[in-house]
This record gives sequence, structure tokens and C-alpha cells, in this order.
Amino acid sequence: MSVILVFMLVIAGFAGWWLSHQRLTAKPWLEQGVAGDVVGFDRSSLPTAKIGLGVFLAVVGCLFSLFTSAYFMRMGLSDWRPLPLPRLLWLNTGVLALSSVALQCAVVAARRGQVDMVRLGLATAGLTALAFLAGQLIAWRQLTEDGYLLASNPANSFFYLITAMHGLHILGGLVGLGRTSAGAWNGTRRERLRLSVELCAMYWHFLLFVWLCIFAVLAGWAATFVSICQRLLT
Amino acid sequence: MAIVLVLVLIVVGSVLFHLLSPWWWTPIASNWDYIDNTITISFWITGIVFAAVVLFMAYCVFRFRHREGNRAAYQPENRRLESWLMIATAAGVTALLVPGLFVWSRFVNVPGEAADIEVVAQQWQWSFRLPGKDGKLGTSDTRIVSAENPLGIVPGDPNGQDDVVVEAADLHLPVGKPVKVLLRSIDVLHDFYIPEFRAKMDMIPGSVTYFWFTPTRTGTFQVLCAELCGQGHPLMHGVVMVDTEQDYLAWLGQQQTFAQLSAPQQTGAATQPSEKTMASSLDVAAKLETLEAR
Amino acid sequence: MVDVTPADAVPPAEVAEMELYHPHSWWTKYVFSQDAKVIAVQYSATAMAIGLVALMLSWLMRLQLGFPGTFDFITPEAYYQFITMHGMIMVIYLLTALFLGGFGNYLIPLMVGARDMVFPYVNMLSYWVYLLAVLVLVSSFFAPGGPTGAGWTLYPPQAIMTGTPGGQDWGIILMLSSLILFIIGFTMGGLNYVVTVLQGRTRGMTLMRLPLTVWGIFTATVMALLAFPALFVACVMMLLDRLLGTSFFMPAIVEMGEQLQHNGGSPILFQHLFWFFGHPEVYIVALPAFGIVSDLISTHARKNIFGYRMMVWAIIAIGALSFVVWAHHMYVSGMNPYFGFFFATTTLIIAVPTAIKVYNWVLTLWRGDIHLTIPMLFALAFIVTFVNGGLTGLFLGNVVVDVPLSDTMFVVAHFHMVMGVAPILVIFGAIYHWYPKVTGRMLDETLGRFHFWITFLGAYLIFFPMHYLGLMGVPRRYAELTDMNIMTESAHHLNSFISIMAFIVGFAQMVFLFNLIWSIRHGREAGGNPWRATTLEWQTPETPPAHGNFGKELPIVYRWAYDYSVPGAKEDFIPQNVPGSFGPSREPA
Repeated sequence: MSVILVFMLVIAGFAGWWLSHQRLTAKPWLEQGVAGDVVGFDRSSLPTAKIGLGVFLAVVGCLFSLFTSAYFMRMGLSDWRPLPLPRLLWLNTGVLALSSVALQCAVVAARRGQVDMVRLGLATAGLTALAFLAGQLIAWRQLTEDGYLLASNPANSFFYLITAMHGLHILGGLVGLGRTSAGAWNGTRRERLRLSVELCAMYWHFLLFVWLCIFAVLAGWAATFVSICQRLLT
Repeated sequence: MAIVLVLVLIVVGSVLFHLLSPWWWTPIASNWDYIDNTITISFWITGIVFAAVVLFMAYCVFRFRHREGNRAAYQPENRRLESWLMIATAAGVTALLVPGLFVWSRFVNVPGEAADIEVVAQQWQWSFRLPGKDGKLGTSDTRIVSAENPLGIVPGDPNGQDDVVVEAADLHLPVGKPVKVLLRSIDVLHDFYIPEFRAKMDMIPGSVTYFWFTPTRTGTFQVLCAELCGQGHPLMHGVVMVDTEQDYLAWLGQQQTFAQLSAPQQTGAATQPSEKTMASSLDVAAKLETLEAR
Repeated sequence: MVDVTPADAVPPAEVAEMELYHPHSWWTKYVFSQDAKVIAVQYSATAMAIGLVALMLSWLMRLQLGFPGTFDFITPEAYYQFITMHGMIMVIYLLTALFLGGFGNYLIPLMVGARDMVFPYVNMLSYWVYLLAVLVLVSSFFAPGGPTGAGWTLYPPQAIMTGTPGGQDWGIILMLSSLILFIIGFTMGGLNYVVTVLQGRTRGMTLMRLPLTVWGIFTATVMALLAFPALFVACVMMLLDRLLGTSFFMPAIVEMGEQLQHNGGSPILFQHLFWFFGHPEVYIVALPAFGIVSDLISTHARKNIFGYRMMVWAIIAIGALSFVVWAHHMYVSGMNPYFGFFFATTTLIIAVPTAIKVYNWVLTLWRGDIHLTIPMLFALAFIVTFVNGGLTGLFLGNVVVDVPLSDTMFVVAHFHMVMGVAPILVIFGAIYHWYPKVTGRMLDETLGRFHFWITFLGAYLIFFPMHYLGLMGVPRRYAELTDMNIMTESAHHLNSFISIMAFIVGFAQMVFLFNLIWSIRHGREAGGNPWRATTLEWQTPETPPAHGNFGKELPIVYRWAYDYSVPGAKEDFIPQNVPGSFGPSREPA
């Protein structure tokens, strides 16, 4: 359960940092009759939707940390046979990174108000994300053809399970991206378009980050890294 | 106002119930009276806190109940009082925790002289295995469990040949000798629990868990399963008899070793163990059926 | 420091107006509504309806336990299905949904001074997904093989094996699917509750001016968002074990003489995941109750909550600590026994902030002006049951004491007292308290007192003696208490007594339901603020509050939520949106 505990510590760090700015030691009964300048209007200046997405990403992060925790705990048992990762995953990683870059370009364009560039960025991002999903499916097929079936070893089970979960999240993101694109083509208000492109980009970068983490875990680098750290400590 | 009376009655009634009711723990039959002592300490500390809080509350309700023209006092906080309460609570909690942890360290550290015995659970019966003359239990594997080898003892392991197998029957233990109980299950979670011994532990398929105790008096004790294991769970009883040394050796002499049990197998004659397994499984099935028929 | 602007000159214009989706038809107003208040009522009604099913199931269980062998239709199979569904419904579909989906939806926007939740559409979806989860759960009663009988903890391997009802039928599949749906639905709602508290607060509503109800629900929601994924992961993995033959949790197993296909899995892994969710879940239920009861006591004792800051810090501390105590449910599970030292320590540390909360509730009563209204009675009853259940928690948290008591009736008595009876008493208190706001009418007083006395005394009489059965060694989850050498004849009589009390208490809940429905039409008119309370939900221009909550302008908050009996003020309460300062310096001497 160490991975999830580390994740919880990070979350606790954020929460602590935020709470430390909320004057939790104030004596509220002394601050009577004032509303404005002393105790102001203290919500964050970030758009509400971004905060909402941030909270959601924390939940998603929690989910993947738990899968990783379970992965490491199950890995310690004797019947674990790691499976060779298909080369294709490298290509998929590149494609997903490309998708993120495209969305980042769309964000920059949206800030400048270049609607054509936004459209181009969104379309590229959507297509590359679809390509990533297709690539993952092909990787699954390669593995099953080579006899690495879902139920034949826990390493395989985890591989399919975690990649499927990640894929589902990309799929969900594509729905959001689709709505944003529809807005971009139908000419939504500029600020609105900018916000929704930014939200998509945030989600995409996060999922790219998650993918890099789980790629490292599935490839076994994470375990090697942890064991090196342990050796350094002892 | 009735609430004041009821609050006082709850405290008085709970204390009286605790002291006078006939429902109390069973007479202990193992060395774990430490656990009972820890429970007694817990009852004292928590009982005092419970009575104090509820009685104070009753007093407040009585004294400060609404009457015409009353007005509440204005007091946002009192840091000193709160700090003192916090310190007192921390002290009380420590008084509970520290003895508990000492006893726990005794519980997890098995004394060297403890003899190994193995309990194997399956839906819904108990079997036992004693290490035999060499004092070592042979290795086992759920994958090779069969009607002839119901405990899954690895035939190739010389340590296992002289293991005494007590399948779906009573276990006997000598009084006064510490035993380390190794727990194994071949299907689902079970829990080997004898209320008089106080100790218990889950058994997990795929791994071996343990606890230890020293039986301190002779007698017959009922084994209960304390982890839900399917619909036969409440019927999964067993018997452990704590004997004097003499009686124990007499019993041990009648038991068969793994080698003896598997020997007739080569001649193809003996289906006795499998019949026995079948019989006891059928036994539970029959019990379930009668229950369902009712 | 900036000059303090005269309070009444603060322009409300800075408050961002929300774009509200205004309903056009009956359907969008009452069914597919995006108004948090309607969603709250939908959540509450659904939760109470399914809770009623769970109550009936508990009757059936008590019939079997109290009068063994008398009722033919309660086979062991059926008994296990009853306990499983009872437990799961009560913990997740009733308590979690009612506190967060029901009270959270109703109270958060009103109490923080918002027009609605920040994402109303997602909020609406949340309810419908929850309803779907409930329907899937209910459908398992009608599926072949019936619902699962694995116990609410759903421990593998038995949960997905033939020896357990529903294990190889539809029961467990429907249960896991329903839980997955519930978690998805809850996450949608939870995002709303959290972000509304973060971003929806009106001008002047600092965190330290929030009523403790909001603090409780907010912290519980944050915890739930982080804890439910663990259940989600466990459910998905078990579903794969059951349907596709993977071996996440399933080791090599010989079932009734037959080798199963699984190999090498770890049942303990499931338990870790389950309790990583399961323990925070206890506080997910408890923290809203803590918050609500603080407000009930303060309002009805006409006195500010004692030690408000300590109460807030305690909520945060409990929320954080509850993520590092999960394995105290697993002391005798066969995990590494040395974990016991760590988890016993963390578990008992959590008792300190919890105790502080109890002291502060009781100290709020001290020198108060206690109105013994029905909500107040329920709050007092909550303290009794919560203290009782909390103290027995010290037994079970103290690792070695847990060894003889775990998996006995002592545990059943403990958790029913602390997370069954106690939070439900708060729910009742809260319903008597806020019903006038929701409907504009008071609940009937006589029926209410009847309901209170039976529920409180009956519940105490059910669960207090039950501890002693556990002490005796009577295991929980036994469909048959026959052939038990440890059980004396009198213990069986005690069981029958407990069962009879359970029927009486259950009956009292019917009276409550009747009161709920009857008072909608026939209750006394309540007016806007019948309890003379300070918090914003009582200051709405209309009762029940209209869509958008606060009419044209959002309220501005000038003070904390507990200005009761302020010296120098004429009334014994000052609503949060009333400007001006009263009395002399308010620092207590």
C-alpha cells in the first residue's frame, strides 16, 4: 500500500498548503460585522471548472495509485511472470505525447484567439488520441497472439486491466474533446472556448503523465528504481 | 425532563447490567489471561468516562434547561480547559494502549519450546496434523489435495511421512505445553476460534498463519469458525480436548501417520480416507438440507 | 491593514452570478431537476426507501436469531443474503447517500450562501446514476440464485464460490456492478460538494465562518472521493476474477474436492483495498453526523458551539488520520502481525480528537439555555450512543483486546452503536430540524416524541446487551446459534429479547414515515426560521427556498455561524447576514 500512501501524502501536502492560507487559527467570533476587506471574498481566482477538474484528477490519480499499489503487492507473490512489453507501446507513447503537444498548441492559439489554429490543434489531438487507442488495441492483440492471455498470469491480468482503465479514461476525455471541438467549429464565445480547450489540455497532460507512470511500472523500471533506492538507504 | 432521568438510568442500568448480568466471558483455559486483564482495564477506564460524560450531560440538561427569561452564557472557547481535557484523554488512551501492546508483543512472539501443530480448514470441517517423531511438519500444497491426500501433504518430503493426520476428527492436546498453531485453509477464509482459549486467527488459502497458546486446564472445548466461510459457516464446529500427558500419549498412539494412510493406496485397496472425507462433507450437506427443509 | 469599510456599504455585485438552468416543464422541475434542493429530496427519498428494505431484512435476521428454528423460510442461505444486503444497503446506499447526497445537496449551497451547486448538470446525473445503482442492487433480489450472501465485506475467495449464495450466480456480479455504479455516481456528486464549498461561498463566508455541518460534510466528501476508488479497484478486480478467471485475489483452491482454475492470488490484498476504503467510510458517515449534531446542539441550547476552532481542527485531524488506521479491521486476518503495533497506535490516537469533540458538545450544554426540542433530544441521544460505541471502539482498536472479540457479537454491537444508531439518530434529529425548511411545515410533535423515545431506548436496549454476548464468545454471522456449548440458556433468552426490541424499534420507524408524509399537508406552518437559528439557510426570502435560493441578491456574511446569546444583543441570536457589531469587546475574560 506504499504507493497509495505516498499519493495520499502528496494530497495531504496540497490540502495542508491550502488550509494554511485559510487562517484556520482566526477567532471568528471576534470578526463580527465585517464582510468586505478584512475577511474578503476568498475563493480562488482560478475558474471553478478548472478547480473541479483538478479535484477530479486527484480522484483519478488516487485510482491509478491504488492499481499500482495492488500491482506491487501482487507482484511479490511467487507465481508472478512478467510479460514482455510489445515494442509498439513506445510508438503509442510517442503518439500520446504528440496528442498532448497538439492540445498545448491549441491552448496557445486559443489564448491568442486564432480559431483556425485551435481547430487544427483539436483535430490533431483527437486523431492522435484515437491512434493511441488503436495502438493499444493492436498491442493487446499481439500479446494475446503470443499467448499472454488475460487469466494466464497475474502480470498479464494487471497489464490488460491497467491499460484498459487508462484507455477508458482517454475515451471519456475524447467525449469532452468532441464537445470542445463542436464548440470550436460552431463558434462559441472566445473565453468559453479558451476555457474548455484549457480543460482538455489539462486532462490530456495528466493522462499522459499517468501513462508514463504506468508504463514505467509495467515495464518494471519502477520496481528496479524502488529496489535501487532501498539499497541506497540500507 | 424525562430525558434527565433516562440519562441517569442509562448510566446506572448499564453499570448494574455489567456487574450483575449472568452474561460474561467463559472461564479461561489458556495462558491468555493477560488479554482478560487488558479487557478489565479497558472496562474500568471506558466505564468511568462513559458514566462521567453522560452524568455531566444529565446535570447540564437539568440545571440549564430552558425556563422563561433564561439566557445562555457566552463563551466561545476555553483553551486551558480544552488542553487539560486533551492531556487527560491522551493519558487515558495511553493507559489502554501500553499494556495492550505489551501483551500483543507476547502474542506475536512464539516461545521456542512451543510444539507445532497444524490446523487445516475446509468447507466445513476441521482437520489437524501433528509433526510426528521428527518434530517437523512436512511441506504441503493445495494443488495436490485429493481424496487420498486430503491435507495436500507433499509425498516426496521425508519430513511429512511421519506426520500424524487427524482428519475431520477431534484434536487432543497435552495440558501445560505451549503449542504453536499453524493455520492453513484449502478453500476459503476460516478462523480457528475456541472461546475459552481467547486466541484466534484467520486462515488464508495460499498462506500459513499462526498463533500460540498454552492450554492450562483439561477439558473438552468446542471449536468455532469465526470468519464467514459460506452457508455452512455456523455448522463448522470441531472439538479440541485438552488431556493430561498420559491420556494424550494414549490418544496419540492410536493415530495414523501420513505414511500409514497413503501406504494402502499402492495396493489399491484403501478408499477409507476418501470415504471419510465424503462422509463428513455429506454430514454438513445433510445438516444444511435439514435446515433448509425446515 | 486596509480601512474597514462600513459593513452595509459592501456592494454585493462582486458575487459572481451563476447561470442557473431554469426549469421549463414539470419534468425538468421535479424529475430531471438541476436544483440541488430537489436532488437532495430525491436522494433522501431513494435512500430512505432502500433503507426501509434493509430494515425489513434486519427483522428477518432477528427472527432467525431470536427464535431459531421457528421460521422455516429463513434458510442459512437466505440468512446470509439478508445480512449482506442489510449491511451493504445501510452503510453505502442509506448512510453515505443520505448524509452526502441528501443533506450535502440540501445544506451546502444554502449554508454557504450559493444559488446552487457549481455543476448542477453533473449533480443531476449523480442522482440518476445512484438510482441506477440502487435498482441494480434491488434487481439482485430477483436474479436467479438471489443476492449475494458473502457478508458486506465481500471477502474473496468465498464471495465468488459456490458455497456462498450468489457466489457463482448473478448475486455477486450485480452487487459489484452496483457498487461500481454507486462510486461513479458519487464521484460526480462529490466533486460538486467539494468545489461548491471551495468556490461557491458568498462574500464574507470565510472557512472559519462555516457552520460545522458544512465542515463535516466537506471533509467527509473529500475523504469519500479519495477512499471510494479503493473499493472501485477491489470491485473491478474481483469482477474479473469472477467473470474472466483471473487470479488477483484467488489462490489455489480445492472446492468440495475439486481443483479450481485460480492460482497464487492474495485474499489479503482484497482486505487491504477494502478496508482502505472501509475505514474512512466509517468517518465519511460520522463526520457529517458530527457536524450536524454540533449545529443542532448549539441552536437548541441557544449557545455558541464550545471551542469552534478545536472542532474544526478535530474534523480535519480525524479526516487525515482515518487513512492510516485501516488495518485495525485486520488484526486477526493473518496479515503480518507486527503491523498490529502501528495500527493500534494510530487507531487509539484518533480517539483523542474524537473525544475532544464529545467534550465540546457537552460543554456547549454547560450554562446554555437548553430547549428540549425533538432535534435536541436526538442530539443528546446521539452523544450517549456515540460515546458508548466510541468507547467500545477502544477495545477493538487495542490490538490484543481485539483478538478474542473480533468476529463476535461484540463487534456487531460496537459498530451498530457507533455507526448505525448514532448517525441515524443524527439523521432523525436533522430531519426534525430541517423539515420545516424543506416543506414549510413542522413535523408532528407528539408522534415525534413517541418516535424518539422508542428509537433511542429501544436501540440502546438492543445493542448494549449484545456486547455481552460477544464477550461470551458468540460469533457474528451465524445463521444458527444451536449446538453452541458456550451459550447458556439465558443467552438464548437475551437473544429473543433483543429480537423483540428490534421489532418494536422498527415499528416506531413506520410512525416516523407516517409523520413525514402526513405533515407535508397537515403539519403546523413553520415560518421562515422556527428555531431562531443563525445560519444562512434560515434567512432565505421564501420557505421552502425557491430555485436560486436567495432571491435577487445573495446574502453577505458578517459573522460566524454561532452568534447565540451575544451579550448586548436584543435577541438571543444574530443571523450571519446581519451587519453590525454588538456588545462590548467579545474576548472572554
